[in-house]
Amino acid sequence: MLSRIAESLFWIGRYVERADDTARILDVQTQLVLEDPTSDESATCRTVLSIMGAEAPDDEELDVARLFDLLAHDLSSPESIAACLQAARESARRARETLSEPLWVAINTTYLTIDSGAFRAMRRDRGLRWVRDQAALVNGTADATMTRDEGWQFFVLGRTLERADMTARLLASAALSPGHAWTTTLRACGAHEAFLRARRGLETDREVVEFLLLDRLFPGAVAYAVTSAERCLANLDSTSYRAESEGEARRILGRARSELEYRSVSDLLDDLPGAMDRFQRSCAAATDAITRHFFAGSEALAWHGTRQ
Amino acid sequence: MTTAVDWAPDHGAAAYDEMHDGSGVRPEYHALRASLDALDGSDLRTRIDTLAASYLDQGVTFDIGGEERAFPIDILPRIIAADDWRRIELGVQQRVRALEAFLADAYGLGQVFADGVVPRSAVVSSGAFHREAAGIVPVNGVRCHVAGIDLIRDEHGRFLVLEDNVRVPSGVSYVMTNRRAIGSVLPEAMSAHRIRPVAGYPQALLAALRAAAPAGVTDPTVVVLTPGVHNSAYFEHALLARTMGVELVEGRDLECRRGRVLMRSTRGLEPVHVIYRRVDDEFLDPVQFRADSMLGCPGLVNAARAGNVTLANAIGNGIADDKLIYTYVPDLIRYYLAEEPVLPNVDTWRLGEDAAREEVLDRLDELVLKPVDGSGGKGIVIGPAATPAELDRLRAEIHRRPRAWIAQPVVSLSTVPTYADGAMRPRHVDLRPFAVNDGERVWVLPGGLTRVALPEGELIVNSSRGGGSKDTWVLAGRIRPATADRTPATTAVTSPVTPSPQVAGPALRDLSGRQGQQEQQQQSRTGETPC
Repeated sequence: MLSRIAESLFWIGRYVERADDTARILDVQTQLVLEDPTSDESATCRTVLSIMGAEAPDDEELDVARLFDLLAHDLSSPESIAACLQAARESARRARETLSEPLWVAINTTYLTIDSGAFRAMRRDRGLRWVRDQAALVNGTADATMTRDEGWQFFVLGRTLERADMTARLLASAALSPGHAWTTTLRACGAHEAFLRARRGLETDREVVEFLLLDRLFPGAVAYAVTSAERCLANLDSTSYRAESEGEARRILGRARSELEYRSVSDLLDDLPGAMDRFQRSCAAATDAITRHFFAGSEALAWHGTRQ
Repeated sequence: MTTAVDWAPDHGAAAYDEMHDGSGVRPEYHALRASLDALDGSDLRTRIDTLAASYLDQGVTFDIGGEERAFPIDILPRIIAADDWRRIELGVQQRVRALEAFLADAYGLGQVFADGVVPRSAVVSSGAFHREAAGIVPVNGVRCHVAGIDLIRDEHGRFLVLEDNVRVPSGVSYVMTNRRAIGSVLPEAMSAHRIRPVAGYPQALLAALRAAAPAGVTDPTVVVLTPGVHNSAYFEHALLARTMGVELVEGRDLECRRGRVLMRSTRGLEPVHVIYRRVDDEFLDPVQFRADSMLGCPGLVNAARAGNVTLANAIGNGIADDKLIYTYVPDLIRYYLAEEPVLPNVDTWRLGEDAAREEVLDRLDELVLKPVDGSGGKGIVIGPAATPAELDRLRAEIHRRPRAWIAQPVVSLSTVPTYADGAMRPRHVDLRPFAVNDGERVWVLPGGLTRVALPEGELIVNSSRGGGSKDTWVLAGRIRPATADRTPATTAVTSPVTPSPQVAGPALRDLSGRQGQQEQQQQSRTGETPC
């Protein structure tokens, strides 16, 4: 598979996942603001922006409407849902001949809804549900129509890496927020009901962190997502002829996962923001390694010409 | 009969109406007309809206100046009767064979110049003549793996060749997507006909490309080379690559080493043997052509000359579809094939010839002037529609560079009813059939792209000028009159067919009474001059 196409598929997976997660986070956070009259709306909005790694505008009272603009609709802010879905569509357009027709149509119609202004015109909760529905449509269509070849591995690799990274962000910010908004965090991960069933309703810091970090059966959990990413890399490496940097990304992710698994939960809880920060750095390092190993060719524009 | 469809024929027009003759609907359109008349108004509206929306959703688009637009498709298909098609098919095959022979000769021994059929100066003065192409001998002799020959139908119903495209002809993707789209919005109409399928194009193309692989390569790797996502035909490049199951590469994905072409993959560098390139000659190889081009790959031409990679279509083909050479094609057919042209050219003046130039300069305001190397309708001046100032500028330009222009009479392109402003109104169309040459035979896709000029009276149909398209149905059998028995018509494709008389309409109308006579005529050999 062409390096350039592999890279496109990897980023389609990431962008769609990021849009999905952003919609969940926005949904939960705006509900919280509405339901809790004592909360500081501006401060909450700033927290949400920092989770997403977005720049908060200086000297401005933020409200939910402004937050929505920045994280949902604003095409000029790269963290917004609209920007992610537009980027996913642009990647898909470049990899179009390798995508199945239904997958392309799912991605393209999603983008067209944004482009036409219909997404912005939706009521907020309706809009967020639409984003989650579209992400499910894209993922489900990919699941049902893509051959499990290299392209699929890159698509899933992008999606699972992004998911692990997003869950880690949420845990770090929850640990910092007053009163540890664990229910919020669970809901933002789409994990609340799964958690209640798995842990029989015992909602404590320890239980929640353990579930979201280490659960091996829930797809939104960090360990689950990282394991999936490692499996994709294993499948890709087994078909690779290259030796020089074989498995670097796998090594980075394996080490990061082990660090979570072998430390005691109390230990992790004591230093959750630090641990999550290290984990996110590992995700970034793994992405770099993947880019160097598989996508390097797509950027190199060296002049070899016809000389030896 | 009152129906929802408002048929608004323009009886005053001089053009040939493909659906209606003076007295009614032509036989090949009977079933289509009946099924459309059976629709109620809101149903028709819904279908037209669905059609437009489906092209947007699927991203069936082309790019103008960085803006992506849905390719407009009209709901009413254009129908071509089997006999007419047979003639088009023979004419296109003949033309492609002659152009192949000419290219091989012009880049080889040059016998055609020595024999005085075409002046050598007409070729070497062409902007598309590339000395770099000399010495590249295609393995299976094919230079035009794909050709698109533009046809128009004049006021008498004759098909005439308007121009040849043997460089990178585009539009075949719309032939395939139009068929699918119309099938979903007019299923009743489609099932009332026996239409020859167009879905086989990618496989035919792939077979031809594989057949062109370098000697000794038994399982060649074929790729499609695109200039990238901002090219106006990117949709087509992606569709062809996807439906052939091959990689769509950009120049930056390729690398030439030791005269071989490799592509950058996740497993390292992999060899490439056949490149269906959709990049113009000038941008293909910065070593040989424009040094600033990032669209191609340095070293491609030498790899092709070394016989390690096949470029399809070949470099330098532009001399064969130069509009000045076009004027010689009937002679080339006689010279190389010893046949008379099945499809005539539009009358054309060569402005390099003094007498012709004098006449044209006198009559600028009645003629169409075309730059010889223009494509996409670029630079065309339609005399009757031009201002005196434009004509003065044109006159000066012709004096300066007579070689750069040809002149043709204004041919009134035929019309097909087209949905516009709430009614079916006559709009001018042309037709681009596509031919694929695998070295054994020239295969013509039964269909082709019908482009339609959407503004009223407009004669230029290019999509860059607001043109749209129609699905083009080539019928599998001859039309029987509506009163005849309902047994399936015989397939005319397998038997040789006489070119129908120049006015197709009356001939078809008279079929009911002259069926036997007509069939007898079908038995005689084709190959006569049609008119």
